[in-house]
Amino acid sequence: MTAAPLLSVSGLCKRFGPTLALAGVDLQVRAGEVHALVGENGAGKSTLLKVLAGVHTADDGEVLLDGLPFAPADPAAARDAGLAIIHQELALAPHLTVAENLFLGREPRRGPFVDRRRLRELATAALAQVGRGQLDPDTAVGALPPADRQLVEIARALSGDVRLLILDEPTSSLARADVEPLLQRLRELAARGVAVVYVSHVFEELFAVADRFTVLRDGATVTSGAIADTDHDRLVAAMVGRSVTDLYPRSRATPGAVVLELEDVAGVRLPRRATLQLRAGEVLGIAGLIGAGRTELLRAVFGLDPVVAGRVRVAAFEGAAPPAARWRQGVGMLSEDRKAEGLMLARSSAENVWLPVLAQKARGGFVAPRRLEQDAMPWLQRLAVRCAGGSQAVGELSGGNQQKVALARLLATGCEVLLLDEPTRGVDVGAKAEIYAAIDELAHRHGTAVLVVSSYLPELLGIADRIAVVCRGEVLPARPVGECDEHALLAAMTTGALTGEGA
Amino acid sequence: MNPARLLRAMGPSLGLFVTWLLFAVLAGGKFTSWSNTELMLLQTAVVGTAAVGATWIIVSGGIDLSVGSNIALCTMAGAGVLQAGGGLWLALVATIATGTLVGWLIGALVVGALPRVLVTLGCGGGVFLVAHGLGAWAWPLGVLAGAVAWLSSRRLSWKLPLSPFIVTLGLWGTLRGLAKGLGDNQPIYFERNDTLAGLMVTGGVLPAGVWILLAVAAIAAVLLRRSVFGRRVVAIGSSRQTARLCGVDVPRTEMGVYLLGCTCAGIAAVLQLSYLSMGDSTTAQGYELKTIAAAVIGGASLAGGEGSIGGTLLGALIMTVVDNGCTKLGLDNWVQEVVTGGIIVGAVALDRLRLARR
Repeated sequence: MTAAPLLSVSGLCKRFGPTLALAGVDLQVRAGEVHALVGENGAGKSTLLKVLAGVHTADDGEVLLDGLPFAPADPAAARDAGLAIIHQELALAPHLTVAENLFLGREPRRGPFVDRRRLRELATAALAQVGRGQLDPDTAVGALPPADRQLVEIARALSGDVRLLILDEPTSSLARADVEPLLQRLRELAARGVAVVYVSHVFEELFAVADRFTVLRDGATVTSGAIADTDHDRLVAAMVGRSVTDLYPRSRATPGAVVLELEDVAGVRLPRRATLQLRAGEVLGIAGLIGAGRTELLRAVFGLDPVVAGRVRVAAFEGAAPPAARWRQGVGMLSEDRKAEGLMLARSSAENVWLPVLAQKARGGFVAPRRLEQDAMPWLQRLAVRCAGGSQAVGELSGGNQQKVALARLLATGCEVLLLDEPTRGVDVGAKAEIYAAIDELAHRHGTAVLVVSSYLPELLGIADRIAVVCRGEVLPARPVGECDEHALLAAMTTGALTGEGA
Repeated sequence: MNPARLLRAMGPSLGLFVTWLLFAVLAGGKFTSWSNTELMLLQTAVVGTAAVGATWIIVSGGIDLSVGSNIALCTMAGAGVLQAGGGLWLALVATIATGTLVGWLIGALVVGALPRVLVTLGCGGGVFLVAHGLGAWAWPLGVLAGAVAWLSSRRLSWKLPLSPFIVTLGLWGTLRGLAKGLGDNQPIYFERNDTLAGLMVTGGVLPAGVWILLAVAAIAAVLLRRSVFGRRVVAIGSSRQTARLCGVDVPRTEMGVYLLGCTCAGIAAVLQLSYLSMGDSTTAQGYELKTIAAAVIGGASLAGGEGSIGGTLLGALIMTVVDNGCTKLGLDNWVQEVVTGGIIVGAVALDRLRLARR
């Protein structure tokens, strides 16, 4: 222990209605260090960040900044105290220029007007701080590539008097080549005495950049220490709270006939060339970087985006088809964007479950809401959805339960081919385990064909029977999961070439 | 139903009761009498019927700013048929069908079928001009040709979706202009028709116009709550993307919403025609905002996915009660307008407050 920590959080609690989002968080961050904050989705990381940022107020516990009690009333107060947060979703105005975004709300003025020349100078200086001094400050932010946008956001955060910089999964929208420069900047910042809190799911980044770490699980601190004293497996075990093998149940797979066949399928932009076969009773995992065309592949198969070339076959049905036809053919899709596309948040679970087959559930064109609710209950119960009944609005449920409602839709409508896009995004560990168990049961006991897209490789390795990598719009040949490991998959995702004996 | 939802559903009824009670206390017997109640119901008939259609459109996530102009155009069409001696039934068909046609136009533009609309209008208009010598027959022939062009242009896949706000903002002017052009800037007068005029006269248990409103509302409510089509409309308003993912044919359903909503405007125009006993191109000004206000006071959300026909009727009644009550108190027109505006904002603010409390 050298110096007193810059930020000291102890016993922090935060309650939302009946759920305890934070149940005793301890976190010590020193000036000049990069501190990795890890935990599964739903472990309380975002809530903790929101309390620090002044979005939420804590119910109990203590936060000290530089030894003084710190309880910002709103985000502006937190900023004034020298705390900057960069969120996963970028908060930039796309129509304004880089310079305008950087100094939004504190523009240099000359009388009532913006001093544009000074604005440009300040912007260039701020961009130089993050190593992008050559960027034209008059470009509209909307025209920048994602990596540059992320750097603009960081430059904005740093252009104030920042003592504590918090980054919430800053690399999730970045290409791999842009990650290393960003990490380099963070190390430089830390060397200048800024305390950096780094939230990420990518362990390689954490091990590359962090000095110390803190693990959250179920809203509480589980462990913390120097990153040099731990390793990948111990971190995962601390996050998950059990050994990883328990999380992924796996029954014996007995693949049947090919039910989904793609041959050189191309979409408008992505995918560029997709060839794959999915058999009944197997789980085929799709790995790939963000932007590689994973989601676009599923959307094209499901008819949400047009197929411009190639051949699609679902069971006996040849050719592209709109979503309505796909549902009738027994194909169901789970969207990666649960809140905007996956579910109608303001409507009940029952309505969400039955929407694709409303006409079949109707008698003479009319439906009975009560009956829909009753009919939905067995499916909701089967996935252990915790809700007040089929009539409760889905938006009132937790993320994990929402996702289970979306999955219940696929079960209840009797789908035989499931297209699952990030089925466990934003879902807590408990719900994850239940979703994995459901996928295993469907595929390996009931003979359902499951195509799973996931960014989280351990998950794919845990649940899939075969894994295919998508790189720049092309699907590489699938391999049995036994021949895959994280490093080989990662290499294939970035280079587009399969390595190892199976290639 | 849990208490919070019950309260939400009861909100508009409570609002109506409180407003009514307020004027009952202030104005007394001349406000509470049966004849005045009957009058108020009659005063609600036109706006109420149009607001039922507006509710469908709003629940689907759309909006119709052209409903006032549409009603005026419909009365001109109906009056034109009566003036030409076409008879009552043909006049009713022409009035309502004009509304439905406008619904087709809005729907087609909203779902992006602009090229097909142009082809349809071109063919329909061309046939109409060629057949002009045939007199009254030119109209149905034009419509028929348009319908054929519409159906046979299905292959035109080029799509250009437009926002309903913009489409109906444009039609707000266009339809009013067409209405004026139809009568050469003059109202269209016709020989008095007792059956038509009788729709909007007090007497019997309730005036016929009120029965028409109730019938339209009842059918619309059952369809919205229970029919597959109605539930899909709610789904689209709640989340278009989810609806699309779940295989709902969004353009087709939206088309249906505007056809249905604007047909309600056509029915409202029949009542307006009966009330005015002439076709008036300047009538129903500001009804677009009144119908939206009725729906919003009744609990509809302009973001879509929420709203009920019953609530909208209560919302329309609240506005009538304010209008009528202020008149009975001898208050100036401007007072009514100020109070009505306050009620709209107040009703929505109360609703938000209830939601925030949860």
